Amino acid sequence: MAVLKVTFTKTTRGKLALVLWVLNWISVLTGIILFSLGLFLKVEIQKRKELMSADVHSVPNMLIATGLVACVINFLGGKICYDCVDTTKFLRWKLLMLPYIVCTFLFTFCILVGALMCYSMRNELEESLFLGLRNAMLYYKDTGTPGRCYLKRTVDLLQIQFQCCGNAGFRDWFHVQWINNRWLDMTNSEVTDRLRSNVEGKYLMDGVPFSCCNTFSPRPCIQTQVTNNSAHYNYDWKTEERNLWTRGCRQVLLDHYTNIMQSIGFIVLIIWLFELWVLTGVRYLQTAMENLLRQGDPDLESDGWLLENSIAQTARSNFKIIKNLGKCYQVDDDPNIDVPSTAQQEVSTCQIPVAR
Amino acid sequence: MVLMKMKFPFEKRVKLAQGLWLLSWMATLAGAFTFTLGCFLKTELRRRAEVMDNTEIHAVPNTLMIVGLASLGINYFAGRMCQDALDAGRFPRWKTFMQPYWGVSLLFTLLMLMAVIMSYAMKGNLESSLKIGLKNGIRFYKDTDTPGRCFQKQNIDRLQMEFRCCGNTDFKDWFEVQWISNRYLDFSSKEVKDRVKSNVDGRYLFDGVPFSCCNPSSPRPCIQDRLTNNSAHYSYEHQTEELNIYIRGCREALVNYYMGLMNTIGAGVLSVFLLQSSVLVSLRYLQTTMEALAGQENTEIETEGYLLEKGVKETIMEYVTPVLVFLQLNQVGSEDTEA
Repeated sequence: MAVLKVTFTKTTRGKLALVLWVLNWISVLTGIILFSLGLFLKVEIQKRKELMSADVHSVPNMLIATGLVACVINFLGGKICYDCVDTTKFLRWKLLMLPYIVCTFLFTFCILVGALMCYSMRNELEESLFLGLRNAMLYYKDTGTPGRCYLKRTVDLLQIQFQCCGNAGFRDWFHVQWINNRWLDMTNSEVTDRLRSNVEGKYLMDGVPFSCCNTFSPRPCIQTQVTNNSAHYNYDWKTEERNLWTRGCRQVLLDHYTNIMQSIGFIVLIIWLFELWVLTGVRYLQTAMENLLRQGDPDLESDGWLLENSIAQTARSNFKIIKNLGKCYQVDDDPNIDVPSTAQQEVSTCQIPVAR
Repeated sequence: MVLMKMKFPFEKRVKLAQGLWLLSWMATLAGAFTFTLGCFLKTELRRRAEVMDNTEIHAVPNTLMIVGLASLGINYFAGRMCQDALDAGRFPRWKTFMQPYWGVSLLFTLLMLMAVIMSYAMKGNLESSLKIGLKNGIRFYKDTDTPGRCFQKQNIDRLQMEFRCCGNTDFKDWFEVQWISNRYLDFSSKEVKDRVKSNVDGRYLFDGVPFSCCNPSSPRPCIQDRLTNNSAHYSYEHQTEELNIYIRGCREALVNYYMGLMNTIGAGVLSVFLLQSSVLVSLRYLQTTMEALAGQENTEIETEGYLLEKGVKETIMEYVTPVLVFLQLNQVGSEDTEA
């Protein structure tokens, strides 16, 4: 009993082949879209490479590879479907069709995996950003050290563009020395007091860099002595919300990337559904053409289906084939060979027959 | 004396009509492109409208938009006419349409050329508008509680950060205005009272700049206050320090940005103008060759085409004389009534 059998006349077969040809070309375009989405994500992650501790390249690489493979597979599918209109040309592709369909089925599974990975990348990214931002803030002052001299600029531009301050909040700046010793007057008593006041000899202060300043504040920015109410006129740091950016950069960057990846994941899911639909059409076309060849007359109706037998039967027959592949050789029904009884056959299959 | 006479055998006429059809479609696309360029320029100018004193510079994008729309119509009719040109029977129905058509299309083509010239020539206008606008922006920077001016601080801060500039001509403009509101000044402090008393207008002036002037590329944390005082900061010399704050003035930065934009657009529109002129010249030749065919039985004979039937001077006199006669008649009429 076939699964989802549909009868095809000659004209409907021709129409199906043409429609599938067009759909396959559209799928080539969607493959290109997939490739460019992967490329876009890769570029976005590269742009903030210095703020991430580990490279999170699995998802964009997967999307790029899947996009390229989609282009190749659908290009081939387009050619096959175009030839299916004519039964003589179909004979060329007859043996290739079933492996092609199996490969495409596995490939659509890969697209689904790619879409799901987009949604699951968040945790990996959060860990990477936490460590990356922490290191960036630690090395903010090292503008003279090769390899770290652009970190100050990167962090400043990040805080200005994304309107955020610090890792979790602006207080993170109070725990790192972000002013280099080159710009500190070591003869000044205030500086030496601060340096001596903590174990590691770091110059810590309750001040933040200028890039933390909120542009929407009605008053000029207060960057130094942020927690000292008496240092500034008419200022209460506990109620002041508009002076500095209150959000932490980790959360902001995470939201930014999660939004991008959710949109990409959604588009990839739609592409997956489209590919599945095209695959179903190709399967129907293949079975219809094969049944047509069995009947012999190209003008007759033929049946197309998804599976010849029910799902359980197909699974059983495929499992048997795989099981029998493990046997070394199989004694077949040649009447010239003296076949012993079936009970002994199982035992002696792997023995070399002795010459009589 | 005919201007630029050319002979057109039948094949050449057909080729002219076909070439003109293609050109008119290209010119239609170019007209749409001009319209979008005008829209884009207008959007960019409106984004910084708060630091511009007047909207005279908007004449450039407005002209571009009008010309773009008009050229769509002009080229559409040019295409229709050359489609009919291949059939000698259908072409004469355009005869009455041609005179107003030439007037309108010449006017808008000249307007296109004017737009190109304006996009290069209005630099001075833009600069003076920005000078006044930025001066006001800096003056009202502190008035975040005054309705109508409360967004000036925000706008100036974001302008300075985006265009990497400070002040009007340069950062010293900030030393001449009070950019900290009195609400945030402690008038019981001696330092504040001294500063306020030290100048005629009673303003709090000091050698400091807002945080938006800070340059992120500087290797040291930003120095915003006491900029001219070397001893106030360790290892600091304000005469040689270039990376601390932005040294460029915002007027210069904005003028450079807009002139760059308008020069590129002007070059593009100049090529559109040349395309449009070639369409009009080809159409004129086509019209005159087809008119020479009128009344002839054999439509495949060779005819002559020209740009102007008489010379340039005589054609101008031909159009101007009726206008002069009309004016003189008026004058004579008024003399009669006076008498």
